[in-house]
Amino acid sequence: MAALGPEAERTRLAAEGARSVTQAAIVSGQPLRDVIKGRVFFVLLMAALGISLLGLAALVIDAVVDGRSMLSLDLLTNSASRISPETAGYANAIYGTILLIAGVLVMTVPIGVGSAIYLEEYADKTKWWNRVIELNVQNLAAVPSIVYGILGLAFIVRGPLDLGFILFAGSMTLSLLVLPTVIIAAREAIRAVPPSIREGSFALGATRLQTVRRQILPAAIPGIATGVILAVSRAAGETAPLLLVGAATFVTFDPTVFGDNGYTALPVMIFNNAKQAQPEFHVLAAAGIVVMLAVILLMNSFAIWLRNRYEQRW
Amino acid sequence: MEARDAIGASQAAGAGSGPPRPLQAPSGRYGEKVVEGLLALCAVLSIVTTTAIVFSLLEPSIDFFRQVSLGDFLFGTHWAPTFTPPEFGVLPIVLATMLTSFWGLTVAIPLGIGAAIYLSEYASPRVRKIVKPTLEVLAGVPTVAIGFFALFFMRPLLEDILPFLDWTGPQAAGVAGLAVGLMIVPIIASLSEDAMSAVPMGLREAGYGLGATKMRVATRIVFPAALSGIVASIVLATSRAVGETMIVLLAAGASPNLTLGFTESVQTMTAFIGQTATGDIATGTITYYTIFAVGLLLFLMTLILNLISIRLVRRFHEAYE
Repeated sequence: MAALGPEAERTRLAAEGARSVTQAAIVSGQPLRDVIKGRVFFVLLMAALGISLLGLAALVIDAVVDGRSMLSLDLLTNSASRISPETAGYANAIYGTILLIAGVLVMTVPIGVGSAIYLEEYADKTKWWNRVIELNVQNLAAVPSIVYGILGLAFIVRGPLDLGFILFAGSMTLSLLVLPTVIIAAREAIRAVPPSIREGSFALGATRLQTVRRQILPAAIPGIATGVILAVSRAAGETAPLLLVGAATFVTFDPTVFGDNGYTALPVMIFNNAKQAQPEFHVLAAAGIVVMLAVILLMNSFAIWLRNRYEQRW
Repeated sequence: MEARDAIGASQAAGAGSGPPRPLQAPSGRYGEKVVEGLLALCAVLSIVTTTAIVFSLLEPSIDFFRQVSLGDFLFGTHWAPTFTPPEFGVLPIVLATMLTSFWGLTVAIPLGIGAAIYLSEYASPRVRKIVKPTLEVLAGVPTVAIGFFALFFMRPLLEDILPFLDWTGPQAAGVAGLAVGLMIVPIIASLSEDAMSAVPMGLREAGYGLGATKMRVATRIVFPAALSGIVASIVLATSRAVGETMIVLLAAGASPNLTLGFTESVQTMTAFIGQTATGDIATGTITYYTIFAVGLLLFLMTLILNLISIRLVRRFHEAYE
């Protein structure tokens, strides 16, 4: 600093002086009433955030406290039981959920990413039918999950597809439920790829398909993965639509994809246990919630970490 | 000169080996067209889904309204579709849905907006970087877990805090409503924060330049500027509250009472569907059709809310992006 000479030093002093004068004017210029009001407002905002986080934290803690006596590996390996809740577990339910989720992945990833690519890269936004598709996807994302259950009951279990109450029908219902989430996330990821990449690829003679496959999709993968994981975790915790498409049956064996002797899923089993009258089943339900929350919150955390970590700033 | 000669030579060579290559690809690139068609097919599937939803709701509903008049359904005050003689007045369960949603919104709107203002205007970048993702993670808590929490934790706790209320059964509309509020707080907080963060910095600086306090800037400048985004988040949260099933199925109960009481057990529209459709009910019975009639009403209610929300978000984006 000194090497710059007295002139620079004078500028620095002047700037500092001006700043302190301004600050003093702002702070002392506020009437006491405004200062107090500001403080109260700030405390209220903190309280709002605090209560929200506390409420949700209490939920997690309560499940752990209520279910702690049953939290052991037996919970994951024992089969369901109506007679002895002490030795019952979630093995069949967890197996059912894994099968359901596998089906959801197989169905939603190609269709969801395909729709997103079409809407972002191919669709002519000035055409009314493309705008209808867009609006439709946005609305579908907010249709209540139980309505998807009705759709599954009327269209997949009975009606046109007539699959019966099988696990695959549950998988299809859940897929339709989370498909809009995947489409919206994938679209956002694709939209975040700057046009210059696209134009550069076209300028080098690449076709539209080559541009999508070699430039856009690789760049959009973290965003798409985030959307897919969030969708899967939503499907894994969803109960209401499954109640309508047959997962409500009480099974004590590992379900199969197309078997018609009933299936179940982890959240449905938790719901059934919570509804029982004996308190032992409530402990079992709480322990199940701990397992479910652990898996789902881990998946969500990973998804959001992935998004924030690989969020590219072009 | 040399360079020009070289170009001339290469052109000559090109001409020598046949006519100049056209800019278009030699083949018709049918693969491109096929892929575009397949992708369009994927996108059209969403339209098929909506059409299927509408049809699967409408068709049995028409059968339902052949047996029950629309007036009796919409304005009747007794709901007992599985009794003999059955009664199909939908008002008790519609009112129950509104009641639980009302309590949910009463809690979630101030908490969610307060949290959003804090995160967007007051929190340091470090705090925001931790709290915002936490909220997003917590937004994914399965609702069956929230229902359990409401039934076995909130219900006893509230009875301890408010012993003067008339607590009767294990289920209470108000408790379920508050739990629904817990579910939608992260939605309102997260989406409202997005809206407020999108308000241009220049508006805030103009406020400070005129001598406004931080609170003034937050409440009189940022809040109104982000209002359409905030309202959209509330409307979306309302739609989620109306359509929520597991919380009300566990914590609000299954008695279709026409009541506004905080501690009384009520049956919402979603709880009715979840309750009745569990298990194998015979196709073609009036009970079976009732599920679809209630589902149709629910779908229409949420559809209107969703369209309002989408419209508001769009207007907000037009203003600032």
